[in-house]
Amino acid sequence: MQFMLLFSRQGKLRLQKWYVPLSDKEKKKITRELVQTVLARKPKMCSFLEWRDLKVVYKRYASLYFCCAIENQDNELITLEIIHRYVELLDKYFGSVCELDIIFNFEKAYFILDEFLLGGEAQDTSKKNVLKAIEQADLLQEIQSEDWGGLPNEEIL
Amino acid sequence: MPAVSKGDGMRGLAVFISDIRNCKSKEAEIKRINKELANIRSKFKGDKALDGYSKKKYVCKLLFIFLLGHDIDFGHMEAVNLLSSNKYTEKQIGYLFISVLVNSNSELIRLINNAIKNDLSSRNPTFMCLALHCIANVGSREMAEAFAGEIPRILVAGDTMDSVKQSAALCLLRLYKASPDLVLMGEWTSRVVHLLNDQHMGVVTAAISLITCLSSKNPDEFKTCVSLAVSRLSRIVSSASTDLQDYTYYFVPAPWLSCKLLRLLQCYPPPEDGAVKGRLVECLETILNKAQEPPKSKKVQHSNAKNAILFEAISLIIHYDSEPNLLVRACNQLGQFLQHRETNLRYLALESMCTLASSEFSHEAVKTHIETVINALKTERDVSVRQRAADLLYAMCDRSNAKQIVAEMLSYLETADYSIREEMVLKVAILAEKYAVDYSWYVDTILNLIRIAGDYVSEEVWYRVIQIVINRDDVQGYAAKTVFEALQAPACHENMVKVGGYILGEFGNLIAGDPRSSPLVQFNLLHSKFHLCSVPTRALLLSAYIKFINLFPETKATIQEVLRSDSQIRNSDVELQQRAVEYLKLSSIASTDVLATVLEEMPPFPERESSILAKLKKKKGPGAVSVELEDGKERGELNGGGDRGGDAAIAASNASTPSPSADLLGLRSAAPVSGAAPSAGSLLVDVFSEAGPAASSAGVNDDGFLSALHAPEASDSPLVEGPGDSDSAPPSAASEDPAPPLPESDELLNKFVCKNNGVLFENQLLQIGIKSEYRQNLGRMYLFYGNKTSVQFVSFSTTVSCPGELQSQLNVQTKTVEPLVEGGAQVQQVINIECLTDFIDAPLLNIKFRYGGALQNISLKLPVTINKFFQPTEMAAADFFQRWKQLSQPQQEAQKIFKASHGMDTEVLKAKLLGLGTALLENVDPNPENYVCAGVIQTKAQQVGCLLRLEPNAQAQPGEQMYRLTLRSSKDTVSQRVCDLLAEQF
Repeated sequence: MQFMLLFSRQGKLRLQKWYVPLSDKEKKKITRELVQTVLARKPKMCSFLEWRDLKVVYKRYASLYFCCAIENQDNELITLEIIHRYVELLDKYFGSVCELDIIFNFEKAYFILDEFLLGGEAQDTSKKNVLKAIEQADLLQEIQSEDWGGLPNEEIL
Repeated sequence: MPAVSKGDGMRGLAVFISDIRNCKSKEAEIKRINKELANIRSKFKGDKALDGYSKKKYVCKLLFIFLLGHDIDFGHMEAVNLLSSNKYTEKQIGYLFISVLVNSNSELIRLINNAIKNDLSSRNPTFMCLALHCIANVGSREMAEAFAGEIPRILVAGDTMDSVKQSAALCLLRLYKASPDLVLMGEWTSRVVHLLNDQHMGVVTAAISLITCLSSKNPDEFKTCVSLAVSRLSRIVSSASTDLQDYTYYFVPAPWLSCKLLRLLQCYPPPEDGAVKGRLVECLETILNKAQEPPKSKKVQHSNAKNAILFEAISLIIHYDSEPNLLVRACNQLGQFLQHRETNLRYLALESMCTLASSEFSHEAVKTHIETVINALKTERDVSVRQRAADLLYAMCDRSNAKQIVAEMLSYLETADYSIREEMVLKVAILAEKYAVDYSWYVDTILNLIRIAGDYVSEEVWYRVIQIVINRDDVQGYAAKTVFEALQAPACHENMVKVGGYILGEFGNLIAGDPRSSPLVQFNLLHSKFHLCSVPTRALLLSAYIKFINLFPETKATIQEVLRSDSQIRNSDVELQQRAVEYLKLSSIASTDVLATVLEEMPPFPERESSILAKLKKKKGPGAVSVELEDGKERGELNGGGDRGGDAAIAASNASTPSPSADLLGLRSAAPVSGAAPSAGSLLVDVFSEAGPAASSAGVNDDGFLSALHAPEASDSPLVEGPGDSDSAPPSAASEDPAPPLPESDELLNKFVCKNNGVLFENQLLQIGIKSEYRQNLGRMYLFYGNKTSVQFVSFSTTVSCPGELQSQLNVQTKTVEPLVEGGAQVQQVINIECLTDFIDAPLLNIKFRYGGALQNISLKLPVTINKFFQPTEMAAADFFQRWKQLSQPQQEAQKIFKASHGMDTEVLKAKLLGLGTALLENVDPNPENYVCAGVIQTKAQQVGCLLRLEPNAQAQPGEQMYRLTLRSSKDTVSQRVCDLLAEQF
């Protein structure tokens, strides 16, 4: 996967994740172009489109569009399910996730994505494992003792 | 405000985000952000050391601001400080900031790498993962240099936690993709392959992405992965849907891992080991069987996951291309999907079938679906699905179905989306050529293409039809007859005229026996299109005409008459003028034999790969073009690269013909036919066109202006040699009365409406440049007359006159010029102009001189237009609208709606409006796309206030773009005139 964008029906970008090196200018240009293209499509149209030399896979959840750009040999359907799994993870973490959760807790949305996808590839597809990693991190936030840094992980849990 | 997140919420951040969301306008948002940035900056600079929490909060706010699309140029240092915090949340935010906002500040990179190094060696898996995520997110070369050696060790170490292994594998993948030279293979590679056997499915899932990438680059080193992948796949495929617990997704066991395994196998040929291969074929059969089973869930996630595996399996089957049974089963499965109610599946089935069509085993099976695919092309509502259907038709086309497919594609073209027309045209052209059994079908098809989608027919396509007709004499008569019929249409595309001109010029004789297409009828038909065509097409037609003179001597007088007419022989376009002169001379001087030799039928073109195919490859990428022409060699230009290859050939054969009349004709100057343009004269034009209207008042460098004119001619051989040879001089008016203005003088005038300097006129002998300046109701114009030849002009005189009522509107005074202009020299004339009252017509400039004994007599319109006397007027929006309302009587307004003849580039538009002389008013029109201007025209009698509004519809398709121009002034004649003048400028 080359990048993932989350944007609202009004075209507001909510999350952007780039797995290839691009300049800020290029990123902005791609975002503008793609948001426009996807928003112009009608509901019953297919979820895939050719775009430049990439394939774009997108799906709308309530007011949010999830949009991924993948390479030519990549599998469109499994990418759709990558999107769905990410939505499930957000949903589980926030409890009935909505757009506002992602706006106000954008950093969490990034952390969850990093646990699920790294460098554009699935790190782990088990919902339990990913959520465990996130909860572990949340737990650490509450402990925050000064000198636990060197302790092995097992002792904390 | 929504409930604050789990963990620790940052209240200040939530408040800030709320504030931003409550901003009513972009301005308010920017104001709020600037306030926040100032606050953060002062906190970071303050004397008081910030605690970790505050630092984290501010860094997080900066991140939020950046993600809103604003630039952030500070805070990097604070983020780096957070990396070394002992508190997990602070470290985490620090890493996030670095991942999103890294810049290649080397000082910082060193600090960041240090922090990462510490975390990697901390043996705390959570910290290690954070550090690995950061490396994977940034993936820069500096990071690869620092960590490419360390990460493989972490990946294969026995005591590494599973979660760290997963991150390390994908981190290494990212570094390998960015800097493959820095990731060295070694002892770890074999151990990485064995991660495919790992007990932890997550580790396998992450590792396989890395292995697939490494295998595709170094297949030999990783080939042991094939058998491991097959056994892993086999275990998954045969497992019950609940065996894999959390790795089962909507009743589908491990769909991601299955897809990745099938993908990895596509890096290799079919397994050589019979047992492994047997097991794999079994897996593929099971996957195909499962597609026929009733679904275990109605959820789309279930069918997507299941079908994702199925499509990946089909890709592998196609990749192997060795199992006919599997290929045909795959094709049948896709055939079912073609009629599925899910658009996504129809799309993918069409796409996947496209590759199946190129396999010898499944090509016939694919062809059985032709009706379904044609139906998809006609009825799918989504253009991207229709595009896939068109691709598939192209891929499944062969000799047996070519006529049907080409006919369907042609009829689809009539209503096809603009976005895919050009590609469709190329595809039809290629199929028609490749599968042409009789070439009359081919000719019909291409002419239909031009008729249906002429605008999308590129040069390659019409070059190609001409090449083929010239090379095959069995189709020449048919082609001539068909183009002749096609040209009968009252409106036919210019590309049709090009093909028609070329083919009738070569083969018109083949249909001349029929009185309905007699030579003169053919000529009149072609010539009826002449005036609507662009310069290159007209040039081609002139060549067709001279060929007519050779084919049909009875047309000679008529054609010579045409060539001799002012609009040809004195055309402002140097190419057209030169052709007219030369062809006229050729036809009147050369003997029939010479003419026949010079204008012989074009020789056959060498057989080459179709340049159309090359074009399609370029458009779609080489992999996308599955149909190859049989004799596909190096791609090459069809007509020897020239845009008028035929004409160049004529010129070449002219030059090489040993004819005594050649010198008489001055054919030496035929060589620079196209070379004439880049001589000294056009250099001058370039100087001016670069200066542009906006810069015109700043003035053009005088030296450049003069030296350009004085520059020695690149080819100074005059068209007509020697004095006294008045017969061959360009025709001129016999009397000494001023000639009527040249037909193009209005066009020349229009070029100067928005600029004051430039070349007004140029022919073979003379160039006239202009510089002018205006103040109030007065103007001064400098005219520069340049002698382009090496022979002197004698009796050189110029007069400026004001015809009709212009006499009472403008006062124009000129100084006389020297009557002798030496070869290569330039003389200057000053003209003073006073505007008495508003006017419409332009003063006339007449130039007379003798060149080689022949009298030259040229009349032009002097570019003095009413807008030259504009004084720009700045005013605020309220003033503008008040005045606009005051000028609301119908006769005070002039309006035009017209098509854009150029692109709608904002800067160009602005420059032109400024060049008009008015002030361009910003922030007046509520629609920022529109332009409004104001100015006062200064005449001696009165001042006329003038308001202007220009409304472009820039969103329209190119070709559909329009303007609406509205002028209001206190005087109706002024509104109308300025409106007329300006409407020609866009």
